[in-house]
Formats: sequence, C-alpha cells, structure tokens
Amino acid sequence: MVERRVVLHFPENLIDQPIVSRMVREFSLEFNILRANITPQQEGLMVLGLAGKRVDVDKALRWARQQGVSVQPLEKNVVRNESVCTHCGACVVVCPTAALWKDPETQDVIFDPDKCIACELCVPVCPPRAMEVAF
Amino acid sequence: MAKTYAEINEKIRKGQAVVVTAEEMIDVVADAGIRKAAKQVDVVTTGTFAPMCSSGAFLNFGHTDPRMKVQHAWLNGVPAYGGLAAVDLYIGATVVAEDDPLNTEHPGEFRYGGGHVIQDLIAGNDVRLVAEGYGTDCYPRKRLDTWLNLKDLNQAFLCDPRNCYQNYNVAVNLHAERDIYTYLGVVKKDLGSANYCSAGQLSPLLNDPYYKTIGIGTRIFLGGAQGYVFWEGTQHDPTVARSENGVPKGGAGTLAVVGDMKAMEPKWIVGVSMLGYGASLAVGLGIPIPILNEEMARYTAVKDEDIVAAIVDYSRDYSHNEGRPLGHVSYKELKSGSITIKGKQVPTVSLSSYPRAREIAAILKEWIKAGDFELTEPVQLLPSADSGQTFKNLKERPASQEGR
Repeated sequence: MVERRVVLHFPENLIDQPIVSRMVREFSLEFNILRANITPQQEGLMVLGLAGKRVDVDKALRWARQQGVSVQPLEKNVVRNESVCTHCGACVVVCPTAALWKDPETQDVIFDPDKCIACELCVPVCPPRAMEVAF
Repeated sequence: MAKTYAEINEKIRKGQAVVVTAEEMIDVVADAGIRKAAKQVDVVTTGTFAPMCSSGAFLNFGHTDPRMKVQHAWLNGVPAYGGLAAVDLYIGATVVAEDDPLNTEHPGEFRYGGGHVIQDLIAGNDVRLVAEGYGTDCYPRKRLDTWLNLKDLNQAFLCDPRNCYQNYNVAVNLHAERDIYTYLGVVKKDLGSANYCSAGQLSPLLNDPYYKTIGIGTRIFLGGAQGYVFWEGTQHDPTVARSENGVPKGGAGTLAVVGDMKAMEPKWIVGVSMLGYGASLAVGLGIPIPILNEEMARYTAVKDEDIVAAIVDYSRDYSHNEGRPLGHVSYKELKSGSITIKGKQVPTVSLSSYPRAREIAAILKEWIKAGDFELTEPVQLLPSADSGQTFKNLKERPASQEGR
C-alpha cells in the first residue's frame, strides 16, 4: 500500500467526466478529496489523496494523464516552525481542512500535516510567522 | 487572620511560602473553601501572553565621536523616535519600515516593524542604526550608520504604556461582504468567526478585579525578566460594567509596565505581523497576587465560566462607535471552540496564547518558591471602580476642514 497526494488539473472539456470515479473504481484505490474547485476559466482543480497498491496508483495516474488530466505531485509542504509558534490560534480560522485546530482541553494549537493541502493561507495569518513553505 | 506583604515575603525567604497558579487556586478553593484557602495559600501567580500594541522600548547607545544629537533614526529601516536629548531613542511596537507597502495591496503583510526590532535586540541580533542630525556647536556630527547590539547599549528598557488589558472584546463580522483584517486577526464574514484575546481565568487583572494588590511599584514577570508596574496604563477604564463577582464585562483596567531588556528572552517578547492591520509585539506578562485575606482568595479563584466578554461587531459598530454589544459570552464557552450567536454556531479564534500564559504562571511560581522573587506592596494603588474615572473618546473641535 502507498499513499500519494496529487494535484489534478482538469481542462474545461473534462469537467463533466467522472474521471476520479473511474480511477478509483477501475484501479481499486481509496481516495480522499482534500480540495476541489473550478476556476473562473472553467478549469477544474483537485487535490487528491490516493491510497492503494503502488502499481495500481501508478496505473491510475497514467490513465488519468491519457484522458487529458494534468497530474502533479503535491510537492510543496507547509511546515510549522515549532520554536516560533506561540499557540495563540489565529491560524485556525483560515485553515480550510482543519489541519490546524485547537485542542479544547490544553488550548494547544495542533498541526496535522496529513490533512494539510499546502494552500498557504495560514502563512501570512500567523502573527509570529511560524508557518513556512518548504519545497 | 489577614496576612501582610512582610509576612508573605518572610515565608518566601524561608522557602515556606505556599504558591499556586491561578488555575490551581480554582481547585484549592473548590476543595478547601475560601476560608481555608486564604489561610493556606500565600501567593497566586497569573500570566498572559498576547499582542499588546501599546509597547515599546527606550534605548541609549552612548555618544559617538564626534558627538551627535540624533534627530531622525531608523533601526533596521524602522523609524525610531529621536526627539529626546542626543543618543536616546524610543522604538514603538507598531511602527513599520518606511518602505513597507502597508495596505496598498490589501491585506498588507506588515512583515517587519518595531516589535520585530525589539525582539531582534533581545535575541542578541545585531541591529543596524542609521541616524541623522542637523549639527550643533556641541554636537557637530550629522550622519551615523552602525551596527548595534543589546549588550553594548547603556540602557535598554521595555516601557509599555498599555499592557495587560483586563478583559477585551470578542470581535465578529456582521456586515462586511468579505473577511475583515483586524488587530484581533482575520474576522470571517457572515458571522464566520468570533475572535477573542484574553487568558481569562489566568489573566492578571481578572484575578484582582479592583486592583487591590496590583499598583504602582508591583514587581512582575515581564518578557522573561523581573519588571515593574509604573503607572496605570493608558485608557485605564475602571468604571465599566462589572459582573456580580466584580469582574469587568469588557475592556477595563490596563497597566503601564517597564523592565530591563537585557534580562529578557525572545520567547516572551515576540514581534508579530497582523495581516491587513500592522506590526505589533506579543508580550508575556505575569503578576503574583498576595493572598492577604479571604477577599483575595475569592478573587483569585475566578473561573472561565464566571468571566464574560462583550461580543462586538467589528465590520461597522466598532469602527464607527455605533451599536451595542451583541451579547456576552464566557471564556469557558470561547475556549470550547465555538459559541452561538443569533442561532448560528460560530467558531472561536484566540489571539492570546493560553498555553504560554500557563507557562508564565508556572515560571513565576517557581521563582517565588525558590526565593528569587519577592512581592512588593504598591506605593500607590490604581484608580478603581469607585474613582469615577472613565475612558473618553475624543470630542473633536475641528481646527480646519482638512481634518474631516
């Protein structure tokens, strides 16, 4: 089993096609949509987490490319500089995937990198600038 | 029955003082009751860590050769105030570099300002000083460009005119069609967030609501060092509405504080950038409260559920001094992660770090237990609820049409 996060760009003519559905069904993958939207230019963008056998994940991505979908690995990572974070909580409100959240018991701000889609919204919102983009 | 400062300090010197944090005091009183708790406990420590915009530092860097009377000065590109004698400067927390794009591309990032200069100095980093003077017979030099380091300064003291707000507003966004960018962070549109900033039950002035022990001369934890309260803070407003337990329902008392930067640590004095708003300084501050009597034991046992804050619209009401609070909400509710406003579940956002506040209260407790920190009796108390003192907005008397 492997897990991989990818960014899929759908050209306008593919937006109404059940690409992801066929990918996961035909190649027996599990998927998790981390982010999806359609741009004003009518292109689709999806950040997808895929899990399955390595060979199946590779095949599925190759198939998607053949359909005209551009596939890029999610290369950027947002990391938290632990020595800079003060655990205030200013970031929590802008995180679209709840990768940043506040533990109600301890009031610590928890960062869950697995849920992060590297949208970078937290980067300028963090008052001491603890969230950094890593390539 | 009642204890004196001298008696408590005697116990501190002997290593016999019973010191608990404001969090622990809640349990002590719940278990033992007010009367026993007042007898058992000598000191309750508090703490808070949050952006406190009305902060700054005085620096004296010593005479140049030849001597110079500094008129304009910049520290790492950030303007410092030089209208003091020859080589004294004041750097305010919220001033930004002269080439900062500000909000020209909204929301501006305000990446480096006075607060960052102060943190850099405390961290031991070299800071570049550029200065200009007009030249006099006794101070002929006109230009200076040099590196400064905190260790070489004659004096460097943090001197904050308003810190440690006793309670604060909870900001919401009712009217704007977009998120708004405030000193309380990003406030999401359509009642999308409720932003608050207080340590609640750990906050110093919420544990001494009538300023019965915190006053001029009170020794405190400031930025990791020992500092002092030197005056009431600006906008000190002791006569606001209070709950039955005496705790103000909104922003009330404030403190002016001072401390030696050379003894501070960059963990507790942190330059911050508030997106779309400006630069500032997060300050770590803690105050020990002597349990002189049962009254102080009762005050220091205050819990988050007994402290309420006013919910204020920051998309119109706050900016235009209009409207009324949408209601009040307790810190227990705020810290739960969401509150209900107008039937809607609204996520809460804190700008104050409760984990850091807790750490400060614990450090102060250890200092006192180790005998390294004795309590001081204020040389003068601050104006309290019976003073009649209020905070007034400006009553404009327009001097020209341009100011409108």
